[in-house]
Amino acid sequence: MIGELIDGPFWYFSLVVFCIGVLFRLISILRAGLKPDLAVPRSGGSTGALRNLFSRFIPRRDVATRGRLTFVAGYLFHIGLFALLFFARPHVDFIAERITGFSWPALPYWAFIISAEIAFIGLLLLWLHRLLHPVTRLLSNADDYIGTGLVFLVMLTGCLALAQAFEPLRLLHLFLAELLLIYFPFSSLMHAFTFVFSRSYSGAVMGRKGVNA
Amino acid sequence: MSHDFAKGVEVLSRQIDSRIAAYFSACVHCGLCAEACLFYTETDDPRYTPIYKLEPMRRLWKAQHTFWGKFAIKMGLSKPLTEQDFADWEELVYDSCTMCGRCSMVCPVGNDITYMIRKEREGFSAAGYAPVGMQEATHRALTIGSPMGITLKTLQAALIHVEKNTGLKIPMDQPGADYMTLFSSMEVVNFPEYIESIARIFDAAKVSWTISSEAFEATNSGIQIGSHDAAREIVSRVVNAAESLGVKYVISPECGHAYTAIRWEGPNLIGRPYKFEIIHILELLDQLQKDGRLLLSGHTDIPLTFHDPCQIVRRGGVVEPPRDLLAKVATGFVEMADHGTMNWCCGGGGGVSANERAEELRLKVFDRKRKQIEALGVKTMVTACANCRIVLEEGIEDREMDVQVIGLTELVAEHLSHNVTPG
Repeated sequence: MIGELIDGPFWYFSLVVFCIGVLFRLISILRAGLKPDLAVPRSGGSTGALRNLFSRFIPRRDVATRGRLTFVAGYLFHIGLFALLFFARPHVDFIAERITGFSWPALPYWAFIISAEIAFIGLLLLWLHRLLHPVTRLLSNADDYIGTGLVFLVMLTGCLALAQAFEPLRLLHLFLAELLLIYFPFSSLMHAFTFVFSRSYSGAVMGRKGVNA
Repeated sequence: MSHDFAKGVEVLSRQIDSRIAAYFSACVHCGLCAEACLFYTETDDPRYTPIYKLEPMRRLWKAQHTFWGKFAIKMGLSKPLTEQDFADWEELVYDSCTMCGRCSMVCPVGNDITYMIRKEREGFSAAGYAPVGMQEATHRALTIGSPMGITLKTLQAALIHVEKNTGLKIPMDQPGADYMTLFSSMEVVNFPEYIESIARIFDAAKVSWTISSEAFEATNSGIQIGSHDAAREIVSRVVNAAESLGVKYVISPECGHAYTAIRWEGPNLIGRPYKFEIIHILELLDQLQKDGRLLLSGHTDIPLTFHDPCQIVRRGGVVEPPRDLLAKVATGFVEMADHGTMNWCCGGGGGVSANERAEELRLKVFDRKRKQIEALGVKTMVTACANCRIVLEEGIEDREMDVQVIGLTELVAEHLSHNVTPG
């Protein structure tokens, strides 16, 4: 009964909340409005926006040194998570069956294990850093910890479910993923979408000034 | 100055546009902006983390623009912004931020934190929570015409000396001149050699220029304190004078935030594009030199470096002209490890140098620049901002260093092919 609920209606409910919530957040950003820049530009804003969208993936030299742990852990976590989310065999099958209707090549089991390991290492390092470093400890709020905790639990149950091939674990994993989907639009996890806006806005302004951001 | 919390909140609320909303939505509290801020790197005080300085504005955004924020306020789970928050954050917003923009260059999600601070200051200023020194400077700018109290008579007195030293007539209120030049108060009072230098250069390059008796002050305290109305009034004076004289260009001087004010914020402050163009003095000198109108000869071979003024280079986009000019006149020019758009601030921009309360902190964070200079081992530093120059000189004095600071325009003037000799 609970299994059917998690596998069926609750999945669709969480997906709807996720989609509407994300859309609502993005629209609310756009609705805040932005006045046109009347200063004569030195070069194109669109080019700057596009450049900044990608150039920010590469850290600046001295900050990359001072903030090495954050960068390394951040990359490990995000790359690992991306690989797991879109290329783990059960995810490819699930997305193909429930959303897209088509599938794509999945990671072999050994690659899944490596992806999971680097994602876990990255996440745990980021978590420890958040707890222990005076700056991140000061900045962090409940949302940051809830988001990290939920992602951790989803990843953990996912790995266990795949390793154990145990149906209740799969359902627990799915349930936690659904909770994450519901929580996502209301949290800083939204940065997965809003970074496009923030990088583009800044890149456009800097581009107009002729600064390579 | 009296406090008006309600007005402060209302003004702060109006600052939240799509950019601010996107920035707060994207921030994951990674703390990397701290590593780019000299107020953090030189003190290890986490409160100086750039994004933390925006906590009052973030809380207002959350309460007004997010589901959880509205919900938490309604349920009494979260406290709304209070006047005490303004009082507690005033030092962080003004004393420990020079709006240098370095944090904006390193944020992984691309947040322009400096833009956010600029906007947050609007709310703080409206609420009356701004340093006394900056309030007084803004008041003098609006009533006297200059934050340092410089009047036309003061300028005229300085120009008499310039004319005597150069043997040149300084043009004043010349309609139809190509260029109208501005000065910062600091140049008139502390570095009149800048005025002498441009007089010599413009004479040698046959530049048609003038000073306006109505608007010669480039400094814009409104930008620094965060007062849209004051900033607009100060920009309007320049615009009115330039348009009434019918000049083609207005020259922004060796002053960092003056360039940001007149070049990038000005048209947005007055709500329309100008009928003239803004050109920074370094852009003009570089252009004159490339056009063959500014003939330079000889060079200095003493080892020297260039301190990039944040508002001219990182926030202004004038990155290559100073380097092109230095390449012509200084064979011993070496770059600091972090230079150009990733330079470290002098520590006194964004009104910090006008804020007496911040002096101790400013001198402490000068250590960042000291380390940069000592790593290079040079004894001469060139810059292109009068405020940077005086802040650097104070830091050098405080640290008992043997380093001299010179202005780039002066250095260029010293190498004019047909140097005008004093009359």
